Amino acid sequence: MTPLLQVKGIEKRYGTRIGCTGVGFDLYPGEVMGIVGESGSGKSTLLNCLAGHLEPDAGQVIFDTRANGPVDTLTMSEPERRMLGRTDWAFVHQHARDGLRMSVSAGGNIGERLMAVGDRHYGDIRDKAIDWLGRVEIDGTRVDDRPTAFSGGMQQRLQIARNLVTGPRLVFMDEPTGGLDVSVQARLLDLLRGLVREMGLSAIIVTHDLAVVRLLADRLMVMKDGHVVESGLTDQVLDDPQHAYTQLLVSSVLQV
Amino acid sequence: MSAYNFAYLDEQTKRMIRRAILKGLAVPGYQVPFASREMPMPYGWGTGGVQVSAATLTPDDTFKVIDQGADDTTNAVSIRKFFEKTAGVATTEETEMATVIQTRHRIPEAKLREDQILVYQVPIPEPLRFLEPRETETRKMHSLEEYGLMHVKLYEDISQHGAISTAYAYPVKVSGRYVMDPSPIPKFDNPKLEMEAIQLFGAGREQRIYAVPPHTRVVSLDFEDYPFEATKANHPCDLCGAEDSYLDEVIMDDAGNRMFVCSDTDYCRSRRKAGHQGRMATEGAA
Amino acid sequence: MYVAVKGGEKAIENAHAWLAEERRGDKDVAELSIAQIREQLSLAVNRVMAEGSLFDPDLAALAIKQARGDLIEAIFLIRAYRTTLPRFGYSNPVDTGEMTCDRRISATFKDAPGGQVLGPTFDYTHRLLDFKLAAEGEVAPAPEGQPRSGSTPHISGFLKAEDILQDEPASDAAPGDLTREPMEYPATRPLRLQSLTRGDEGFVLGMAYSTQRGYARNHAFVGELRIGKVAVEMEIPELGFAIEIGEVELTECETVNQFKGSKVEPPQFTRGYGLVFGQSERKSIAMALVDRALRWKELGEDNLGAPAQDEEFVLSHADNIQATGFLEHIKLPHYVDFQSELELVRKLRREAEDRISPKEAAE
Repeated sequence: MTPLLQVKGIEKRYGTRIGCTGVGFDLYPGEVMGIVGESGSGKSTLLNCLAGHLEPDAGQVIFDTRANGPVDTLTMSEPERRMLGRTDWAFVHQHARDGLRMSVSAGGNIGERLMAVGDRHYGDIRDKAIDWLGRVEIDGTRVDDRPTAFSGGMQQRLQIARNLVTGPRLVFMDEPTGGLDVSVQARLLDLLRGLVREMGLSAIIVTHDLAVVRLLADRLMVMKDGHVVESGLTDQVLDDPQHAYTQLLVSSVLQV
Repeated sequence: MSAYNFAYLDEQTKRMIRRAILKGLAVPGYQVPFASREMPMPYGWGTGGVQVSAATLTPDDTFKVIDQGADDTTNAVSIRKFFEKTAGVATTEETEMATVIQTRHRIPEAKLREDQILVYQVPIPEPLRFLEPRETETRKMHSLEEYGLMHVKLYEDISQHGAISTAYAYPVKVSGRYVMDPSPIPKFDNPKLEMEAIQLFGAGREQRIYAVPPHTRVVSLDFEDYPFEATKANHPCDLCGAEDSYLDEVIMDDAGNRMFVCSDTDYCRSRRKAGHQGRMATEGAA
Repeated sequence: MYVAVKGGEKAIENAHAWLAEERRGDKDVAELSIAQIREQLSLAVNRVMAEGSLFDPDLAALAIKQARGDLIEAIFLIRAYRTTLPRFGYSNPVDTGEMTCDRRISATFKDAPGGQVLGPTFDYTHRLLDFKLAAEGEVAPAPEGQPRSGSTPHISGFLKAEDILQDEPASDAAPGDLTREPMEYPATRPLRLQSLTRGDEGFVLGMAYSTQRGYARNHAFVGELRIGKVAVEMEIPELGFAIEIGEVELTECETVNQFKGSKVEPPQFTRGYGLVFGQSERKSIAMALVDRALRWKELGEDNLGAPAQDEEFVLSHADNIQATGFLEHIKLPHYVDFQSELELVRKLRREAEDRISPKEAAE
């Protein structure tokens, strides 16, 4: 089977400081990869390099495109990359405000990607928006409300609906539960797990929260100082950590 | 005024503007940046249209200027006088007779011919401006044909008002490629944008020129289930009885009585001359 | 019957005649001469020259007279006149080091070669209305000193010699000309400076002030402010060398700003630059502050989202002729568009009523 995403030798430097270096992995269709590490470990830099928000100094990010098979997205033209960004790829930001249009209704937010790829039937767009609100557990009657009228948890669920409506094949998530209350986090995680299974999504999730990866990720990479120090199946890594840093990370959670 | 060149602008500037016009015609609906000059009338008062007209007029042309469809509104008078003085061209109020027509906010009712040029005054050339204020970003959106946001705006209209609530400056897609602001003409005029005459758009303050060549497809943006509608007041003209022309609503007295008259004054006049009469024809003609 | 008012040619002519009469005012009061405006309202003349981008005190004075003292209107007259002038070519860059200074101060050093020269400044006047001027304004001659000879070195040169002031690399690249090419973003620094020097004084002042109050704060010292005349030279191809074609009065301001260093630069001082026609001190200082704020990217500073850091925002709104034209154009008739809106609002209201009333009937 061809990997959906092949990452090879990614390196990003800020002047002399290393953002991340020597990162490589394959992601297969339907797989969820978790990237954990403390802040400053380079995990967000890596995610932004993979998603095309940052230009890495070295490496390849090869995506198995529908039309032309595996293509290095870093050498794509901007129109191609942007097209990918609104069709097969999706990006869930940590802060919902970064991923939503706050002055546009919930329906408009969900409908934007549909309209961007050519949907021109108002009724259909609206029906799909209401359907997706239901799938992320937001009442359909709120379709004309603006996100400013939503709670933090609802905003985050709306952001997820807005991203998933066009059926992307790869979702990047940056601390999707960060900044939410613990009870709200649990509900969101449940929802995400359901959607990932149901849609057979492939995803790359960056988080500092081991509970998130234990619940969602098939595989795990642990990052420290810009390097991957350990990787493997999630359960394996969390239950039997080999690297001293991973051991510290796991034990610090257990002590809580 | 004799110290000034024909049609005010120097020849070098006119050549620069003509190059922009030709580029605009070659890429219909694309906004061509041009080094707009300071004109002796304020920005926002038709300096773009005036510069395009100046670069277009020849001594043999017959020039007509309308504002709100009328030849006798103050700004139309002022611009017509400007070219009478600086270019000495013949001017007319008859659409039929004109070879170059400068307009603000209307397209004449009479069908324009292949040998005519319609020059629009444009305040804000960027149809995406109020969705995205940054020029750097909107230019990118045009070049990548990312127009999803434009439909989000129309979607929001329908979800809030039950209809697309854009009444003028209604966005269009030109020749299947560029989304364009047709200048603040009422949407009633949008279907007329597909015509035989050359249409040139000049935005002086914003330094942009764009164009629609003859017989070019111009589609008003809409949804399949909420199609574009060209609307006007549901009355005939009270002076000439026309049912097909865009109407001005005029308040006549303190009791709020109203009359409806053609906004295109030449159209109304020529219909009355041909014997057509509306409800208040005798009074109105006085 | 009420007949729709459409302003005709006659109305415009009458309005112009009335305007001329108002400009003249009471005919029992002596008429202002151009020379009087040029000599006695010289700072207004300077502002009109600076923002009109044309150095000609007599024309600026004429514009002020014609505009009834409305300086933006006067600037507009100058700009419109300026566009019609043929271009013979570009002068050589002026050398402000060779300026004959009427005023030259530095806030960063107590004294410096060339000295602190206060010159004709309002700075230490007490702002008390001088009622003597209401009667007559004749003044005794001011005491005169010995003019200095030779050039006056720039303060920045002393800091540069110590290598603690960022170097501004020299370039022979021809700068763009915003009066000849459409502005495109991102703009180069020469274009930014052109835009600021002819930008509205009030706008540039407000932007500069915002940086002082914490919106992208970067504390500025006035390294040097100098006002005086410089020679303008131009290459004449037929001669093969440059000759002096005249002189202009300029105000130049260089600010010295703190800079903690970035990933590419060691800690050092940086500069903001202001250069304006005439004696236009406030404008040139403000210009230098805004210039410095706009340089965040080149210096590797953070974009704090402050208005003065936003090149597109600052440059697209600095020009008062563009701004005033667009602002005032809403006075023009818009009744065709309004009619279209009117019908839309009526239609929407009808539909809204239709939606509400059947429900009421059911209740």
